Amino acid sequence: MAEHQIQNFTLNFGPQHPAAHGVLRLVLEMDGEVIERADPHVGLLHRGTEKLIEYKTYLQAVPYFDRLDYVAPMSQEHAFALAVERLLGIEAPIRAQYIRVLFAEISRLLNHLLNINSFAMDVGAMTPMLWGFEEREKLMEFYERASGARLHAAYFRPGGVHLDLPVGLIDDIMTFVENFPKHMHDVDTLLTNNRIFRQRTVDIGVCSAEDCYDWGFTGPMLRGSGVAWDLRKSQPYDVYDRMDFDIPVGKNGDCFDRYLVRMEEMRQSLRIIRQCCEQMPEGPVMVENNKIAPPKRAEMKRSMEALIHHFKLYTEGYHVPAGEIYAAVEAPKGEFGVYVVSDGSNKPYRCKIRAPGFAHLQGLDFLSKGHMLADVVAIIGSLDIVFGEIDR
Amino acid sequence: MTEALQDLADYVTTALGGVVLSHEIRRGELTVLVKRDDLPRVLTFLRDDSNCQFRQLLDVCGVDYPDREERFDVVYHLLSLRQNQRIRVKATAGELTPVPSAVSIFNSAGWWEREAWDLYGIYFSGHPDLRRILTDYGFEGHPLRKDFPLTGFVELRYDDEQKRVVYEPVKLTQEFRSFDFLSPWEGMLPGDEKADVPQTPNLPPPPVKPA
Repeated sequence: MAEHQIQNFTLNFGPQHPAAHGVLRLVLEMDGEVIERADPHVGLLHRGTEKLIEYKTYLQAVPYFDRLDYVAPMSQEHAFALAVERLLGIEAPIRAQYIRVLFAEISRLLNHLLNINSFAMDVGAMTPMLWGFEEREKLMEFYERASGARLHAAYFRPGGVHLDLPVGLIDDIMTFVENFPKHMHDVDTLLTNNRIFRQRTVDIGVCSAEDCYDWGFTGPMLRGSGVAWDLRKSQPYDVYDRMDFDIPVGKNGDCFDRYLVRMEEMRQSLRIIRQCCEQMPEGPVMVENNKIAPPKRAEMKRSMEALIHHFKLYTEGYHVPAGEIYAAVEAPKGEFGVYVVSDGSNKPYRCKIRAPGFAHLQGLDFLSKGHMLADVVAIIGSLDIVFGEIDR
Repeated sequence: MTEALQDLADYVTTALGGVVLSHEIRRGELTVLVKRDDLPRVLTFLRDDSNCQFRQLLDVCGVDYPDREERFDVVYHLLSLRQNQRIRVKATAGELTPVPSAVSIFNSAGWWEREAWDLYGIYFSGHPDLRRILTDYGFEGHPLRKDFPLTGFVELRYDDEQKRVVYEPVKLTQEFRSFDFLSPWEGMLPGDEKADVPQTPNLPPPPVKPA
């Protein structure tokens, strides 16, 4: 019998592929249908956000953060707002902190709704996706009512939030919180004990806690591997220390565990949202310092000083004391950090964005080694990658 | 919090001998400045020592100070889950001086260092796969350097005759406008006390055509 020479072949996955969650170009070295090496090529959505921020004032830099992880925009603004506040040495008023926690959790719901359901679609379940988008639309309506925009909110600003919540929004959020478990239950019955879903996800893309440390994984990736680490608990920011919630952890660190962790996180988010709505005090939503926060519109009609403040803030912006800061929040995808270096001027000297997805995607090579091609799709789904934040 | 950081700073400084050039605690954050050749030793110590256990390298990035002799800062952010602490390790590097890669210590350093190489041109020696990561295939220059103009040097468009994407020097229909809000009175008469104020240093030079 003649000897056969078997050669690895290279497969280009993406950049235009529905399971690539954006513009991921994956160069796969395959031995038959088994992955030998996965080399993600990123940067197809690179917009130079960090460079652009260096040429904008601190306030003008805020909208760039919406455009990073556009699935959960406000979580990114949160990190930047905290960083600038710490540099300025100010703290947002208590009501603003509640609003920020409330909307950060709404962002988490937005993110997990998209991730779980698109993940399910990648492995073959169509229905959750359709249901999930209906719920996301309701949440984006809350975004719109608070900030005026469904996606690119620019709502969390250094010093607080831009505007107070409109009348009745809290009640409507509470109604949503009442009804949402029904949706989660429906998705649960469709996926959790679904034979196909389990066959596609259990024992796929396993990473141990050691791997997670070594590769810098955070968020649901880390918790899926059994490490109870959550910045909202361990290094609480805003009013998270007043919130009562649990950290779900997985056991095996496979795609299925990460799915379960995200499902449970949504339930915990609902608890936090409920507590925020119930406890939210009255008061200002922005620091009352007109050197940082713009004056009220009505005030500007009467006061010359307010007018000058407004003009200065929207042209020159405020100056931030020189120094550096690293502020991190528990974004839905993991630790989202902003490293700001200020030189004392009105623009950041350097603004490094630490995106969780960047570290996660780097681990794709070791996660997918030895798996089949179809499993790569499941792993990408469970990594929860969004190219806005990876490519920046 | 600050006390714990001070303890940590003292511990690291003593344990590492003369390796730590200086440390600083500001705004609840500990920054340690080390020589770049000592980085592997420092990072290994911070990872393995039972009192530190900084098991996660969360971020590596560059910062550019073009006026300095060694113009780059390489900044490492580490997180210790056990101690619930963060530490920032800094080293300086020049355009031609290689920085020892941390990939053998933390796998996560791989892409962050590729990014620092791509955007700043900081060379990491011993990195297994130091390719560009964020910019386009065949890109030239290091875009996050302060002397790289915001507009870049080339722009691309689809050429219908050649049926492919072509690169061309940037043509701006309008001059790049950099508003200088810092010294609004610079146009005043000579002799004015503000006429001598130097221009802000971080403005980009106008785009130059590449050779």
